[in-house]
Amino acid sequence: MNVIISLLAVIVLGVIAYVGVEGAGLRVLFGVIVPYAAVLTFFIGMVYRVVDWAKSPVPFRIPTTAGQEKSLPWIKPQAIENPSTGGMAFIRMAIEVLLFRSLFRNMKLDFREGPKIRYSSEKFLWLFAILFHYSFLVTLLRHARFFTDPIPGWIQLLEKADSIFKVEVMTPFIEIGLPALLLSGLVLGGMATLLLIRRLWIPQVRYISLPADYFPLFLIIGIALTGILQRYLIRVDVVTIKELTMGLATLSPTVPDGISGMFYVHLFLVSVLFAYFPFSKLVHMGGVFLSPTRNLANNSRSVRHINPWMTEPVKYHTYEAYEDEFRELMVEAGLPVDKPLEPQEEPADDQGEKE
Amino acid sequence: MAKKLSADVLGQISHKPPKQPWMDTKPEFREGTYLYAVKPESLEYVHAPNPREWSPTDSDWKLPADWQGIIKTGIKDRLDRFRSFKLFMDICVRCGACADKCHFFIGSGDPKNMPVLRAELLRSVYRQDFTALGKVLKKMAGGRELTEDVLKEWFYYFFQCSECRRCSLFCPYGIDTAEITIIARELLNLVGCQIDWIGTPVANCSRTGNHLGLQPHTYKENAEYLLDDIEEYVGVRIDPPFNKKGAEILFVTPSGDIFAEPGIFTFMGYLMLFEHIGLDYTWSTYASEGGNFGFFTSHETMRKLNRKMYAEAERLGVKYIIGGECGHMWRVINQYMDTMNGPADFLEKPVSPITGTAFENANSTKMVHITEFTADLIKHDKLKLDPSRNDHIKVTYHDSCNPARGMGMFEEPRYVINNVCNNFYEMPPQTIREQTFCCGSGSGLNAGEYLEMRLRGGLPRANAVRQVHEEHGVNMLSCVCAIDRAVFPALMDFWVPGVDVCGVTELVANALIMEGEGDREYNLRGEEIPGREADDAGEEG
Repeated sequence: MNVIISLLAVIVLGVIAYVGVEGAGLRVLFGVIVPYAAVLTFFIGMVYRVVDWAKSPVPFRIPTTAGQEKSLPWIKPQAIENPSTGGMAFIRMAIEVLLFRSLFRNMKLDFREGPKIRYSSEKFLWLFAILFHYSFLVTLLRHARFFTDPIPGWIQLLEKADSIFKVEVMTPFIEIGLPALLLSGLVLGGMATLLLIRRLWIPQVRYISLPADYFPLFLIIGIALTGILQRYLIRVDVVTIKELTMGLATLSPTVPDGISGMFYVHLFLVSVLFAYFPFSKLVHMGGVFLSPTRNLANNSRSVRHINPWMTEPVKYHTYEAYEDEFRELMVEAGLPVDKPLEPQEEPADDQGEKE
Repeated sequence: MAKKLSADVLGQISHKPPKQPWMDTKPEFREGTYLYAVKPESLEYVHAPNPREWSPTDSDWKLPADWQGIIKTGIKDRLDRFRSFKLFMDICVRCGACADKCHFFIGSGDPKNMPVLRAELLRSVYRQDFTALGKVLKKMAGGRELTEDVLKEWFYYFFQCSECRRCSLFCPYGIDTAEITIIARELLNLVGCQIDWIGTPVANCSRTGNHLGLQPHTYKENAEYLLDDIEEYVGVRIDPPFNKKGAEILFVTPSGDIFAEPGIFTFMGYLMLFEHIGLDYTWSTYASEGGNFGFFTSHETMRKLNRKMYAEAERLGVKYIIGGECGHMWRVINQYMDTMNGPADFLEKPVSPITGTAFENANSTKMVHITEFTADLIKHDKLKLDPSRNDHIKVTYHDSCNPARGMGMFEEPRYVINNVCNNFYEMPPQTIREQTFCCGSGSGLNAGEYLEMRLRGGLPRANAVRQVHEEHGVNMLSCVCAIDRAVFPALMDFWVPGVDVCGVTELVANALIMEGEGDREYNLRGEEIPGREADDAGEEG
């Protein structure tokens, strides 16, 4: 149910863009207004989200320690898995963000009759996830060619690396040349599909999945698909498209004729993704950096961590109140007391809390 | 109740989720799987809201009139105070990496015990009331209304999480269900939905200093029984100081260890160890609880109970504090204590009076873990040890959740055990160190009425013990946690009969060669040590 709703939502979005442009001729809306609004929403939204998180303090130092602490000098600490300094916590964070360290730990429960419980390595989620994210990054970066003129060297280099699997046969007699196959787009679409299949395949994961989990996957698959179609199957006029995108980039938008509806579908889905981003689970992109179980050093026994809302002294049950209640019994038991026992001891009538 | 349960029946677990979507299923408050409601007196004693007679099986929970408002204000307030909470409500992608990492999920198969779904129980309400999309799209955005059924579900499942943080290790964003459970329990507390096994110990800890409510004279009497046992089995009479002003060190350990087996043997171990090295220290009957049941209630209650340690250290004029073997006590000390109740300016940076080692990692808290302290003693050859006295046991070591994932104390206990025992075997790597499994009863869930759920939650740990029991003949499960010691015996009897439970310091004490000791034919449990009775063959009869 959640799957179908999400799939339908993405299809409807695609149709809206296609009909909007091809039928109603709303080129300015889909080519200029929506993309601008989406990009603005993305940046303002993400900044808002991060600032909003940052406004809440980190009252306690709660890193999840994943290795030996720094303690006695002859015990070797695992400085990255259990950082004792900010610098090491930074490295831990970098490995988390760049290599998905925690996901790499993943393993699978193997529950058998008996009961016999074993655990087996399970790296597919890590593999799909890391390929998905890096291909997304490369795809995004190489699209900078549409927004720059002349195209900077690094983009050309990136594209060259991305199109490493060229299908080209060049002999004096036969010339077969496909447009350079860009790996990133294919991997992106492929991995998003695999993540989708995984989500549907594993019963527990399917059980926890919300429309908000399927929707971005379908959206990204849609984006990859429309992108790939334009590159390899449908002839699009790249020069005219660049005219439009450069117009957007230089803040002097133009809507040239002759751009296919498919392009607008692609652009619209990208716009939806950008606009949807700050309101969705995709904010994990920014959030991961703020995660207090990962980005803090485990040094709260040697350096005092300050909690801004816990500065007033605490009321607690004092020793005096305790002794007042039990003095007689304490003296009888031979325990030392601060105040000697008096014959006409008054029982404590309050609970003796003090600041 | 234990009679009704059988390992064959409990071991039949399906992890396949039901057809019905989770938002449409309700928890069933079945005997053995839920915890009893707190007694009104216990809430009244600590001035907690809504004290009343009620039971989770009642249809009417006698909630305050505006309970939804109270909870929502509570959520808002905590979103503003805890970045962790706010972030963890927002960034989960439901990848499911945490799903099969939870011992309660493995042992029960209940999908709402998957950490992700446990968090969604609260997250769904958060989405509906606190996020832009949720306000507009409601259920379509994964939101749901805060109803009485939802609150009951919270009560059932947030007291079915032991705050062990195993899921947080595997989460790609470090989302920590313990953090969510802690907040959820605070919210439940706002409307008086506490369990008795937490609420009553909290009241006791506040009044008498320990969770059992032992009064000062009883505490000392209990210690004296143990001193008699030491005299009988070891041949040495020890006279430890209580509430002694001017001692160099204050020693604080969980009160469970002075009360019941096998914790008492660890307690005897402390007494012997400190006697052996001639430590100038004191026990306190006022700060006689290392464990902090406040941690399972609210941050404020935790702070209040924890405050007594520093207060007592200051009153007695000690230099620093050594803390005994306890799990969550050490999460509190390592990650909260100094922040809540520091700076402890009246104490000195801890230095071992025996070895001269400065415990620099505890420079600010001024609290040293007993296992760190002992490891340092052994490293400097300050203990006279005869590990062969432990030769009849084959030991494995259970990393307690909190010293593992909230501190990272892995090598110290292993170093100590390897120096006092000759037969040490590790459990499988996926079940120890940072990946360790909870005993199934942590965070205040070790109540008698909850036995079925505890046995289920303890299954992954027990299963790992069974592996080394079968492969190497392991017959002793050691640990550095008082809750472990209290609950493992039942867990072992159920899943792995033939495995005993002990604290690390008990192993140390059994190996200690005490000055003026007797024949040491018995261990601290009063059991004859195999191979040592031969010395006096023919005597007496």
